[in-house]
Amino acid sequence: MDRASPPAPAKKRLTGLDFVLFGGVAALILYSAYRINDVLVYRWDWSRVLSFVVLHDEATGTYAANLLLHGLATTLRLAVWATILASIIGIVMGYWRTCENLTARIISRGYVELIRNLPPLVFIFIFYFFVSSQIFPALGVDDISRDNWVVNTTAFRVMFGDPQLLSNFLAGVLCLALFEAAYVTEIVRAGIQSVGKGQWEGARAIGLSRINVLRDVILPQAVRKILPPLAGQFITLIKDSAIVSLISVQELTFLATEVAATTTKVFETWILVGAMYFVLCYSFALFFSRLERRAAKSRR
Amino acid sequence: MLDAQPGPLVEISNMCKWYGDFSALHDINLTVAEGEKVVVCGPSGSGKSTMIRCINQLETHQSGTISVDGVEVAPGMKNIERIRRDVGMVFQGFNLFPHITILDNLILGPMRNRGMSKADATQLAMQYLERVRIAEQAAKYPSQLSGGQQQRVAIARSLCMKPKIMLFDEPTSALDPEMIAGVLDVMIELAEEGMTMICVTHEMGFARKVADRVVFMDEGEIIEIAAPENFFNNPQSDRAKTFLGQLLGH
Repeated sequence: MDRASPPAPAKKRLTGLDFVLFGGVAALILYSAYRINDVLVYRWDWSRVLSFVVLHDEATGTYAANLLLHGLATTLRLAVWATILASIIGIVMGYWRTCENLTARIISRGYVELIRNLPPLVFIFIFYFFVSSQIFPALGVDDISRDNWVVNTTAFRVMFGDPQLLSNFLAGVLCLALFEAAYVTEIVRAGIQSVGKGQWEGARAIGLSRINVLRDVILPQAVRKILPPLAGQFITLIKDSAIVSLISVQELTFLATEVAATTTKVFETWILVGAMYFVLCYSFALFFSRLERRAAKSRR
Repeated sequence: MLDAQPGPLVEISNMCKWYGDFSALHDINLTVAEGEKVVVCGPSGSGKSTMIRCINQLETHQSGTISVDGVEVAPGMKNIERIRRDVGMVFQGFNLFPHITILDNLILGPMRNRGMSKADATQLAMQYLERVRIAEQAAKYPSQLSGGQQQRVAIARSLCMKPKIMLFDEPTSALDPEMIAGVLDVMIELAEEGMTMICVTHEMGFARKVADRVVFMDEGEIIEIAAPENFFNNPQSDRAKTFLGQLLGH
Protein backbone atom coordinates (compact mmCIF):
# COMPACT_ATOMS: atom_id res chain seq x y z
CA MET A 1 0.00 0.00 0.00
CA ASP A 2 1.08 3.59 -0.61
CA ARG A 3 2.92 4.83 2.46
CA ALA A 4 2.10 8.50 1.99
CA SER A 5 -1.67 8.23 2.19
CA PRO A 6 -3.24 6.45 5.14
CA PRO A 7 -6.66 4.89 4.53
CA ALA A 8 -9.57 7.28 5.14
CA PRO A 9 -11.02 6.78 8.61
CA ALA A 10 -14.49 5.26 8.74
CA LYS A 11 -17.16 7.95 9.01
CA LYS A 12 -19.21 7.99 12.15
CA ARG A 13 -22.85 7.56 11.24
CA LEU A 14 -25.97 7.49 13.33
CA THR A 15 -27.41 4.00 13.30
CA GLY A 16 -31.01 2.93 13.57
CA LEU A 17 -30.59 2.34 17.28
CA ASP A 18 -29.50 5.97 17.80
CA PHE A 19 -32.70 7.19 16.15
CA VAL A 20 -34.78 4.91 18.36
CA LEU A 21 -33.07 6.38 21.44
CA PHE A 22 -33.54 9.98 20.30
CA GLY A 23 -37.15 9.21 19.51
CA GLY A 24 -37.66 7.73 22.98
CA VAL A 25 -36.25 10.78 24.72
CA ALA A 26 -38.30 13.15 22.57
CA ALA A 27 -41.47 11.13 23.26
CA LEU A 28 -40.84 11.30 27.00
CA ILE A 29 -40.44 15.07 26.92
CA LEU A 30 -43.56 15.54 24.77
CA TYR A 31 -45.58 13.28 27.04
CA SER A 32 -44.48 15.23 30.15
CA ALA A 33 -45.37 18.49 28.45
CA TYR A 34 -48.75 17.06 27.50
CA ARG A 35 -49.45 15.87 31.05
CA ILE A 36 -48.54 19.28 32.49
CA ASN A 37 -50.47 21.22 29.88
CA ASP A 38 -53.65 19.22 29.36
CA VAL A 39 -54.05 16.88 32.30
CA LEU A 40 -52.70 19.01 35.10
CA VAL A 41 -54.01 22.20 33.45
CA TYR A 42 -51.09 24.19 34.76
CA ARG A 43 -51.05 27.89 34.04
CA TRP A 44 -47.53 28.98 33.24
CA ASP A 45 -46.61 32.42 34.46
CA TRP A 46 -42.92 33.28 34.26
CA SER A 47 -43.29 36.98 34.92
CA ARG A 48 -44.00 36.65 38.63
CA VAL A 49 -41.01 34.38 39.18
CA LEU A 50 -38.77 36.54 37.01
CA SER A 51 -39.64 39.54 39.14
CA PHE A 52 -37.96 37.72 41.99
CA VAL A 53 -34.79 37.67 39.95
CA VAL A 54 -34.79 41.31 38.92
CA LEU A 55 -37.35 43.67 40.33
CA HIS A 56 -38.61 46.45 38.09
CA ASP A 57 -39.69 49.44 40.09
CA GLU A 58 -42.55 51.01 38.11
CA ALA A 59 -42.46 54.29 40.05
CA THR A 60 -38.79 55.13 39.52
CA GLY A 61 -38.22 53.01 36.41
CA THR A 62 -35.13 51.35 37.94
CA TYR A 63 -34.18 47.71 38.15
CA ALA A 64 -32.88 46.03 41.31
CA ALA A 65 -31.59 42.56 42.08
CA ASN A 66 -34.16 40.56 43.95
CA LEU A 67 -34.22 37.46 46.20
CA LEU A 68 -33.10 34.84 43.69
CA LEU A 69 -30.08 36.87 42.57
CA HIS A 70 -29.19 37.52 46.20
CA GLY A 71 -29.47 33.79 46.76
CA LEU A 72 -27.22 33.06 43.80
CA ALA A 73 -24.64 35.52 45.18
CA THR A 74 -24.77 33.84 48.59
CA THR A 75 -24.36 30.41 46.98
CA LEU A 76 -21.35 31.71 45.07
CA ARG A 77 -19.81 33.14 48.24
CA LEU A 78 -20.47 29.91 50.09
CA ALA A 79 -18.88 27.92 47.28
CA VAL A 80 -15.79 30.09 47.03
CA TRP A 81 -15.02 30.20 50.76
CA ALA A 82 -15.87 26.57 51.34
CA THR A 83 -13.68 25.56 48.38
CA ILE A 84 -10.72 27.49 49.77
CA LEU A 85 -11.23 26.12 53.27
CA ALA A 86 -11.85 22.57 52.05
CA SER A 87 -8.65 22.72 49.97
CA ILE A 88 -6.58 23.75 53.00
CA ILE A 89 -8.12 21.14 55.30
CA GLY A 90 -7.97 18.54 52.54
CA ILE A 91 -4.28 19.10 51.81
CA VAL A 92 -3.29 18.94 55.49
CA MET A 93 -5.47 15.90 56.21
CA GLY A 94 -4.47 14.23 52.95
CA TYR A 95 -0.81 14.62 53.90
CA TRP A 96 -1.52 13.30 57.38
CA ARG A 97 -3.14 10.23 55.84
CA THR A 98 0.23 9.39 54.28
CA CYS A 99 2.34 10.33 57.33
CA GLU A 100 4.39 7.90 59.36
CA ASN A 101 3.22 9.63 62.52
CA LEU A 102 0.50 7.49 64.08
CA THR A 103 -1.40 10.35 65.73
CA ALA A 104 -1.66 12.23 62.45
CA ARG A 105 -2.89 9.09 60.72
CA ILE A 106 -5.49 8.33 63.38
CA ILE A 107 -6.86 11.87 63.36
CA SER A 108 -7.12 12.11 59.58
CA ARG A 109 -8.49 8.61 59.13
CA GLY A 110 -11.06 9.16 61.91
CA TYR A 111 -12.13 12.43 60.34
CA VAL A 112 -12.57 10.95 56.89
CA GLU A 113 -14.46 7.87 58.10
CA LEU A 114 -16.72 9.87 60.40
CA ILE A 115 -17.84 12.20 57.65
CA ARG A 116 -18.04 9.68 54.86
CA ASN A 117 -20.27 7.42 56.92
CA LEU A 118 -22.76 10.06 58.06
CA PRO A 119 -25.58 11.30 55.84
CA PRO A 120 -24.89 14.96 55.03
CA LEU A 121 -28.16 16.08 56.62
CA VAL A 122 -27.34 14.38 59.91
CA PHE A 123 -23.86 15.83 59.90
CA ILE A 124 -25.17 19.32 59.27
CA PHE A 125 -27.70 19.17 62.08
CA ILE A 126 -25.17 17.78 64.55
CA PHE A 127 -22.62 20.34 63.50
CA TYR A 128 -25.02 23.24 63.58
CA PHE A 129 -26.77 22.57 66.85
CA PHE A 130 -23.86 21.25 68.86
CA VAL A 131 -20.79 22.87 67.44
CA SER A 132 -21.46 26.17 65.74
CA SER A 133 -24.16 27.29 68.16
CA GLN A 134 -21.70 26.76 71.02
CA ILE A 135 -18.45 27.90 69.46
CA PHE A 136 -19.50 31.02 67.57
CA PRO A 137 -20.93 32.84 70.60
CA ALA A 138 -17.81 31.94 72.56
CA LEU A 139 -15.65 33.43 69.81
CA GLY A 140 -17.82 36.54 69.80
CA VAL A 141 -18.69 36.34 66.11
CA ASP A 142 -22.12 37.86 66.73
CA ASP A 143 -20.62 40.85 68.49
CA ILE A 144 -18.17 41.48 65.66
CA SER A 145 -20.92 41.48 63.10
CA ARG A 146 -22.78 44.28 64.90
CA ASP A 147 -20.43 47.10 65.71
CA ASN A 148 -17.23 47.10 63.77
CA TRP A 149 -16.42 49.47 60.93
CA VAL A 150 -14.87 46.66 58.89
CA VAL A 151 -18.14 44.81 58.48
CA ASN A 152 -19.83 47.86 57.00
CA THR A 153 -17.38 48.30 54.13
CA THR A 154 -18.46 47.35 50.63
CA ALA A 155 -15.59 44.90 50.29
CA PHE A 156 -16.81 42.99 53.33
CA ARG A 157 -20.35 42.88 51.97
CA VAL A 158 -19.13 41.59 48.63
CA MET A 159 -17.08 38.87 50.28
CA PHE A 160 -19.34 37.80 53.13
CA GLY A 161 -22.79 39.25 52.41
CA ASP A 162 -25.09 40.86 54.97
CA PRO A 163 -23.21 41.44 58.27
CA GLN A 164 -26.41 40.66 60.15
CA LEU A 165 -26.26 37.10 58.85
CA LEU A 166 -22.51 36.71 59.29
CA SER A 167 -22.45 34.00 61.96
CA ASN A 168 -25.09 32.08 60.06
CA PHE A 169 -23.10 32.37 56.85
CA LEU A 170 -19.88 31.29 58.56
CA ALA A 171 -21.65 28.26 60.01
CA GLY A 172 -22.73 27.33 56.49
CA VAL A 173 -19.22 27.76 55.08
CA LEU A 174 -17.65 25.75 57.88
CA CYS A 175 -20.22 22.98 57.60
CA LEU A 176 -19.82 22.66 53.88
CA ALA A 177 -16.03 22.89 54.00
CA LEU A 178 -15.70 20.26 56.71
CA PHE A 179 -18.03 17.98 54.84
CA GLU A 180 -16.36 18.30 51.43
CA ALA A 181 -12.83 18.34 52.84
CA ALA A 182 -13.20 14.70 53.83
CA TYR A 183 -13.54 13.80 50.15
CA VAL A 184 -10.79 16.23 49.16
CA THR A 185 -8.59 14.50 51.76
CA GLU A 186 -8.98 11.17 50.05
CA ILE A 187 -8.29 12.69 46.63
CA VAL A 188 -5.15 14.43 47.94
CA ARG A 189 -3.99 11.22 49.63
CA ALA A 190 -4.37 9.29 46.40
CA GLY A 191 -2.46 12.05 44.59
CA ILE A 192 0.42 12.05 47.05
CA GLN A 193 0.62 8.27 46.95
CA SER A 194 0.60 8.28 43.16
CA VAL A 195 3.92 10.11 43.17
CA GLY A 196 6.60 7.42 43.30
CA LYS A 197 8.75 6.68 46.31
CA GLY A 198 11.81 7.54 44.25
CA GLN A 199 10.76 11.18 44.20
CA TRP A 200 10.80 11.32 48.01
CA GLU A 201 14.18 9.62 48.09
CA GLY A 202 15.68 11.79 45.38
CA ALA A 203 14.52 14.92 47.15
CA ARG A 204 15.47 13.76 50.65
CA ALA A 205 18.91 12.71 49.39
CA ILE A 206 19.74 16.26 48.27
CA GLY A 207 18.91 17.45 51.75
CA LEU A 208 15.40 18.83 51.35
CA SER A 209 13.33 18.95 54.52
CA ARG A 210 10.03 17.08 54.67
CA ILE A 211 8.00 20.23 54.13
CA ASN A 212 10.17 21.29 51.18
CA VAL A 213 9.88 17.88 49.56
CA LEU A 214 6.13 18.15 49.84
CA ARG A 215 5.92 21.71 48.56
CA ASP A 216 8.51 21.61 45.77
CA VAL A 217 8.37 18.02 44.56
CA ILE A 218 5.37 15.99 45.67
CA LEU A 219 2.40 18.38 45.67
CA PRO A 220 3.10 19.98 42.27
CA GLN A 221 3.13 16.51 40.70
CA ALA A 222 0.17 15.30 42.76
CA VAL A 223 -1.96 18.33 41.86
CA ARG A 224 -1.60 17.65 38.14
CA LYS A 225 -2.82 14.13 38.65
CA ILE A 226 -5.73 14.99 40.92
CA LEU A 227 -7.03 18.03 39.08
CA PRO A 228 -9.86 16.15 37.31
CA PRO A 229 -11.30 14.44 40.44
CA LEU A 230 -10.74 17.63 42.42
CA ALA A 231 -12.72 19.64 39.87
CA GLY A 232 -15.54 17.13 40.14
CA GLN A 233 -15.47 17.43 43.93
CA PHE A 234 -15.67 21.23 43.85
CA ILE A 235 -18.62 21.12 41.49
CA THR A 236 -20.25 18.65 43.85
CA LEU A 237 -19.57 21.18 46.59
CA ILE A 238 -21.54 23.84 44.75
CA LYS A 239 -24.46 21.49 44.38
CA ASP A 240 -24.19 20.28 47.97
CA SER A 241 -24.29 23.87 49.15
CA ALA A 242 -28.08 23.58 48.79
CA ILE A 243 -28.23 21.50 51.97
CA VAL A 244 -27.13 24.37 54.19
CA SER A 245 -30.51 25.88 53.40
CA LEU A 246 -31.65 23.57 56.21
CA ILE A 247 -29.78 25.66 58.76
CA SER A 248 -31.38 28.79 57.29
CA VAL A 249 -28.42 30.05 55.33
CA GLN A 250 -30.17 32.26 52.81
CA GLU A 251 -28.65 30.81 49.66
CA LEU A 252 -30.31 30.00 46.38
CA THR A 253 -32.27 26.91 47.42
CA PHE A 254 -33.47 28.47 50.68
CA LEU A 255 -34.78 31.55 48.91
CA ALA A 256 -36.21 29.51 46.05
CA THR A 257 -38.34 27.61 48.57
CA GLU A 258 -39.69 30.93 49.76
CA VAL A 259 -40.30 32.24 46.27
CA ALA A 260 -42.08 29.05 45.26
CA ALA A 261 -44.31 29.33 48.31
CA THR A 262 -45.07 33.00 47.79
CA THR A 263 -45.79 32.83 44.07
CA THR A 264 -47.20 29.28 44.07
CA LYS A 265 -45.36 28.97 40.74
CA VAL A 266 -43.50 25.83 41.70
CA PHE A 267 -42.48 24.65 38.22
CA GLU A 268 -41.19 28.00 37.03
CA THR A 269 -39.25 28.67 40.22
CA TRP A 270 -37.43 25.36 40.29
CA ILE A 271 -36.76 25.27 36.55
CA LEU A 272 -35.26 28.73 36.82
CA VAL A 273 -33.22 27.83 39.90
CA GLY A 274 -32.08 24.65 38.21
CA ALA A 275 -30.89 26.69 35.25
CA MET A 276 -29.00 29.02 37.60
CA TYR A 277 -27.21 26.11 39.28
CA PHE A 278 -26.44 24.60 35.90
CA VAL A 279 -24.85 27.80 34.60
CA LEU A 280 -22.83 28.17 37.80
CA CYS A 281 -21.57 24.58 37.85
CA TYR A 282 -20.92 24.42 34.14
CA SER A 283 -18.85 27.63 34.25
CA PHE A 284 -16.75 26.09 37.00
CA ALA A 285 -16.36 22.92 34.93
CA LEU A 286 -15.16 24.95 31.93
CA PHE A 287 -12.77 26.89 34.16
CA PHE A 288 -11.30 23.68 35.54
CA SER A 289 -10.90 22.05 32.15
CA ARG A 290 -8.91 25.11 31.05
CA LEU A 291 -6.71 24.72 34.14
CA GLU A 292 -6.19 21.06 33.28
CA ARG A 293 -5.18 21.89 29.73
CA ARG A 294 -2.70 24.44 31.03
CA ALA A 295 -1.24 21.97 33.52
CA ALA A 296 -0.96 19.36 30.78
CA LYS A 297 0.80 21.83 28.52
CA SER A 298 3.39 22.90 31.09
CA ARG A 299 4.18 19.27 31.77
CA ARG A 300 4.65 18.32 28.12
CA MET B 1 53.29 17.39 49.40
CA LEU B 2 53.22 15.70 52.75
CA ASP B 3 50.49 13.18 53.31
CA ALA B 4 48.27 14.15 56.16
CA GLN B 5 46.63 11.03 57.56
CA PRO B 6 43.03 11.39 56.37
CA GLY B 7 40.42 10.48 58.98
CA PRO B 8 37.59 8.10 58.16
CA LEU B 9 34.73 9.83 56.39
CA VAL B 10 32.30 7.02 56.93
CA GLU B 11 32.55 4.59 59.78
CA ILE B 12 30.05 1.75 60.11
CA SER B 13 30.43 -0.55 63.08
CA ASN B 14 28.42 -3.59 64.11
CA MET B 15 25.44 -2.29 62.17
CA CYS B 16 22.39 -4.55 61.91
CA LYS B 17 19.05 -4.12 60.23
CA TRP B 18 15.92 -6.23 60.16
CA TYR B 19 12.76 -6.05 58.08
CA GLY B 20 10.36 -7.61 60.56
CA ASP B 21 11.93 -10.98 61.31
CA PHE B 22 14.13 -10.94 58.24
CA SER B 23 17.73 -10.02 58.96
CA ALA B 24 18.63 -7.70 56.09
CA LEU B 25 22.04 -6.62 57.32
CA HIS B 26 24.14 -8.38 59.92
CA ASP B 27 27.13 -7.01 61.78
CA ILE B 28 28.39 -4.66 59.09
CA ASN B 29 31.80 -3.10 59.71
CA LEU B 30 33.22 -0.75 57.10
CA THR B 31 35.46 2.27 57.27
CA VAL B 32 35.92 4.54 54.29
CA ALA B 33 38.73 7.07 54.42
CA GLU B 34 38.65 10.45 52.73
CA GLY B 35 39.45 10.12 49.03
CA GLU B 36 38.91 6.38 49.01
CA LYS B 37 36.87 4.60 46.35
CA VAL B 38 35.00 1.52 47.43
CA VAL B 39 33.02 -0.74 45.10
CA VAL B 40 30.36 -2.92 46.68
CA CYS B 41 29.22 -6.01 44.82
CA GLY B 42 27.35 -9.19 45.49
CA PRO B 43 24.29 -11.11 44.34
CA SER B 44 20.94 -9.34 44.27
CA GLY B 45 19.23 -9.24 47.63
CA SER B 46 22.55 -9.30 49.44
CA GLY B 47 21.91 -5.95 51.15
CA LYS B 48 24.31 -3.77 49.14
CA SER B 49 21.80 -1.03 48.44
CA THR B 50 20.33 -1.23 51.91
CA MET B 51 23.76 -0.75 53.41
CA ILE B 52 24.63 2.41 51.50
CA ARG B 53 21.11 3.77 51.98
CA CYS B 54 21.66 3.54 55.72
CA ILE B 55 24.58 5.96 55.43
CA ASN B 56 22.28 8.86 54.53
CA GLN B 57 19.41 7.35 56.49
CA LEU B 58 17.05 6.70 53.61
CA GLU B 59 16.89 3.38 55.47
CA THR B 60 17.24 3.20 59.21
CA HIS B 61 19.40 0.69 61.05
CA GLN B 62 18.39 -0.87 64.35
CA SER B 63 21.67 -1.49 66.07
CA GLY B 64 25.32 -0.58 65.74
CA THR B 65 26.59 2.84 64.75
CA ILE B 66 27.17 4.80 61.57
CA SER B 67 29.07 8.03 61.55
CA VAL B 68 29.64 10.42 58.69
CA ASP B 69 32.54 12.83 58.99
CA GLY B 70 32.63 12.24 62.74
CA VAL B 71 28.91 12.79 63.34
CA GLU B 72 26.87 9.80 64.33
CA VAL B 73 23.71 9.34 62.27
CA ALA B 74 20.80 7.63 63.95
CA PRO B 75 17.16 6.96 63.14
CA GLY B 76 14.92 9.92 63.94
CA MET B 77 17.84 12.32 64.38
CA LYS B 78 17.19 16.01 64.03
CA ASN B 79 18.99 17.87 61.29
CA ILE B 80 19.53 14.86 59.08
CA GLU B 81 19.51 17.45 56.28
CA ARG B 82 22.92 18.66 57.45
CA ILE B 83 24.33 15.17 56.99
CA ARG B 84 22.66 14.69 53.64
CA ARG B 85 24.18 17.82 52.15
CA ASP B 86 27.57 16.13 52.61
CA VAL B 87 26.41 12.78 51.23
CA GLY B 88 25.44 12.79 47.57
CA MET B 89 23.44 9.89 46.26
CA VAL B 90 22.78 8.63 42.74
CA PHE B 91 20.02 6.11 42.21
CA GLN B 92 19.41 3.32 39.78
CA GLY B 93 16.20 5.01 38.60
CA PHE B 94 17.70 8.58 38.43
CA ASN B 95 14.84 10.03 40.52
CA LEU B 96 14.87 13.35 38.71
CA PHE B 97 11.86 15.58 39.27
CA PRO B 98 9.83 15.30 36.06
CA HIS B 99 7.73 18.45 36.54
CA ILE B 100 10.61 20.94 36.48
CA THR B 101 13.48 21.63 34.07
CA ILE B 102 16.96 20.14 34.33
CA LEU B 103 18.29 23.42 35.68
CA ASP B 104 15.54 23.64 38.29
CA ASN B 105 16.32 20.07 39.33
CA LEU B 106 19.86 21.16 40.06
CA ILE B 107 19.24 24.42 41.88
CA LEU B 108 16.54 23.12 44.22
CA GLY B 109 18.94 21.55 46.71
CA PRO B 110 21.43 24.43 46.95
CA MET B 111 18.59 26.95 47.29
CA ARG B 112 16.59 25.07 49.90
CA ASN B 113 19.33 23.38 51.89
CA ARG B 114 22.20 25.83 51.59
CA GLY B 115 20.08 28.94 51.30
CA MET B 116 21.84 30.00 48.11
CA SER B 117 20.40 32.75 45.93
CA LYS B 118 18.87 31.68 42.65
CA ALA B 119 21.58 33.44 40.66
CA ASP B 120 24.41 31.76 42.58
CA ALA B 121 22.74 28.38 42.43
CA THR B 122 22.20 28.74 38.67
CA GLN B 123 25.85 29.59 38.13
CA LEU B 124 26.91 26.58 40.18
CA ALA B 125 24.46 24.32 38.38
CA MET B 126 25.62 25.37 34.92
CA GLN B 127 29.20 24.68 35.97
CA TYR B 128 28.31 21.10 36.90
CA LEU B 129 26.14 20.62 33.83
CA GLU B 130 29.19 21.57 31.74
CA ARG B 131 31.20 18.97 33.58
CA VAL B 132 28.73 16.18 32.83
CA ARG B 133 28.44 17.57 29.28
CA ILE B 134 24.74 18.40 29.23
CA ALA B 135 24.81 22.19 29.65
CA GLU B 136 22.89 22.73 26.42
CA GLN B 137 19.95 20.70 27.78
CA ALA B 138 19.45 22.87 30.88
CA ALA B 139 16.05 24.21 29.82
CA LYS B 140 14.61 20.81 28.90
CA TYR B 141 12.54 18.49 31.04
CA PRO B 142 13.93 15.15 32.25
CA SER B 143 11.61 13.12 30.01
CA GLN B 144 13.16 14.77 26.94
CA LEU B 145 16.58 13.31 27.76
CA SER B 146 17.95 9.83 27.21
CA GLY B 147 18.54 7.56 30.21
CA GLY B 148 22.27 8.16 30.16
CA GLN B 149 21.80 11.91 30.04
CA GLN B 150 19.30 11.74 32.88
CA GLN B 151 21.74 9.83 35.03
CA ARG B 152 24.45 12.39 34.33
CA VAL B 153 22.00 15.12 35.35
CA ALA B 154 21.34 13.17 38.55
CA ILE B 155 25.09 13.07 39.25
CA ALA B 156 25.35 16.80 38.62
CA ARG B 157 22.38 17.38 40.92
CA SER B 158 24.18 15.60 43.74
CA LEU B 159 27.44 17.43 43.05
CA CYS B 160 25.68 20.79 43.34
CA MET B 161 25.43 20.15 47.07
CA LYS B 162 29.25 19.95 47.15
CA PRO B 163 29.19 16.63 48.95
CA LYS B 164 32.17 15.12 50.74
CA ILE B 165 31.21 11.64 49.64
CA MET B 166 29.15 10.22 46.80
CA LEU B 167 27.05 7.08 47.06
CA PHE B 168 26.12 5.31 43.83
CA ASP B 169 23.34 2.75 43.95
CA GLU B 170 23.67 0.69 40.76
CA PRO B 171 23.88 3.84 38.60
CA THR B 172 24.14 1.98 35.29
CA SER B 173 21.79 -0.95 35.87
CA ALA B 174 18.75 0.75 34.33
CA LEU B 175 20.59 2.01 31.27
CA ASP B 176 20.76 0.72 27.71
CA PRO B 177 24.23 -0.68 26.97
CA GLU B 178 25.24 2.19 24.70
CA MET B 179 24.46 4.72 27.45
CA ILE B 180 26.62 3.14 30.14
CA ALA B 181 30.01 4.40 28.97
CA GLY B 182 29.03 8.08 29.21
CA VAL B 183 27.94 7.68 32.80
CA LEU B 184 30.99 5.64 33.79
CA ASP B 185 33.27 8.25 32.20
CA VAL B 186 31.75 10.92 34.42
CA MET B 187 32.20 8.69 37.47
CA ILE B 188 35.82 7.94 36.57
CA GLU B 189 36.54 11.65 36.16
CA LEU B 190 35.00 12.27 39.52
CA ALA B 191 37.16 9.56 41.07
CA GLU B 192 40.29 11.04 39.48
CA GLU B 193 39.47 14.39 41.05
CA GLY B 194 39.68 12.70 44.43
CA MET B 195 36.02 12.37 45.38
CA THR B 196 35.32 9.81 48.09
CA MET B 197 32.96 7.23 46.57
CA ILE B 198 31.02 4.15 47.53
CA CYS B 199 29.58 2.46 44.45
CA VAL B 200 27.22 -0.45 44.33
CA THR B 201 27.83 -1.74 40.84
CA HIS B 202 28.43 -4.80 38.74
CA GLU B 203 30.66 -2.94 36.29
CA MET B 204 33.80 -4.92 36.96
CA GLY B 205 35.85 -2.89 34.50
CA PHE B 206 35.02 0.20 36.51
CA ALA B 207 35.88 -1.59 39.74
CA ARG B 208 39.28 -2.67 38.46
CA LYS B 209 40.08 0.78 37.16
CA VAL B 210 38.84 2.95 40.00
CA ALA B 211 38.36 1.02 43.22
CA ASP B 212 40.80 1.03 46.09
CA ARG B 213 38.89 -1.80 47.70
CA VAL B 214 36.11 -4.13 46.68
CA VAL B 215 33.53 -5.16 49.27
CA PHE B 216 31.74 -8.42 48.55
CA MET B 217 28.42 -8.97 50.28
CA ASP B 218 26.06 -11.92 50.47
CA GLU B 219 22.92 -12.50 52.53
CA GLY B 220 23.30 -9.25 54.45
CA GLU B 221 26.90 -9.78 55.49
CA ILE B 222 30.25 -8.54 54.32
CA ILE B 223 32.07 -11.68 53.23
CA GLU B 224 35.24 -10.25 51.83
CA ILE B 225 37.06 -6.95 51.51
CA ALA B 226 40.07 -6.87 49.22
CA ALA B 227 41.96 -4.82 46.67
CA PRO B 228 40.38 -5.28 43.21
CA GLU B 229 43.28 -7.28 41.78
CA ASN B 230 43.22 -9.73 44.66
CA PHE B 231 39.46 -9.95 44.70
CA PHE B 232 39.04 -10.65 40.98
CA ASN B 233 42.06 -12.88 40.52
CA ASN B 234 42.10 -14.67 43.80
CA PRO B 235 38.83 -14.54 45.71
CA GLN B 236 39.05 -16.19 49.12
CA SER B 237 35.50 -17.28 49.88
CA ASP B 238 33.51 -19.88 47.97
CA ARG B 239 30.60 -17.52 47.68
CA ALA B 240 32.76 -14.88 46.00
CA LYS B 241 34.13 -17.52 43.64
CA THR B 242 30.63 -18.62 42.69
CA PHE B 243 29.50 -15.02 42.23
CA LEU B 244 32.46 -14.09 40.04
CA GLY B 245 32.03 -17.30 38.09
CA GLN B 246 28.44 -16.38 37.29
CA LEU B 247 29.35 -12.78 36.50
CA LEU B 248 32.27 -13.53 34.22
CA GLY B 249 31.13 -16.92 32.98
CA HIS B 250 29.31 -15.65 29.92
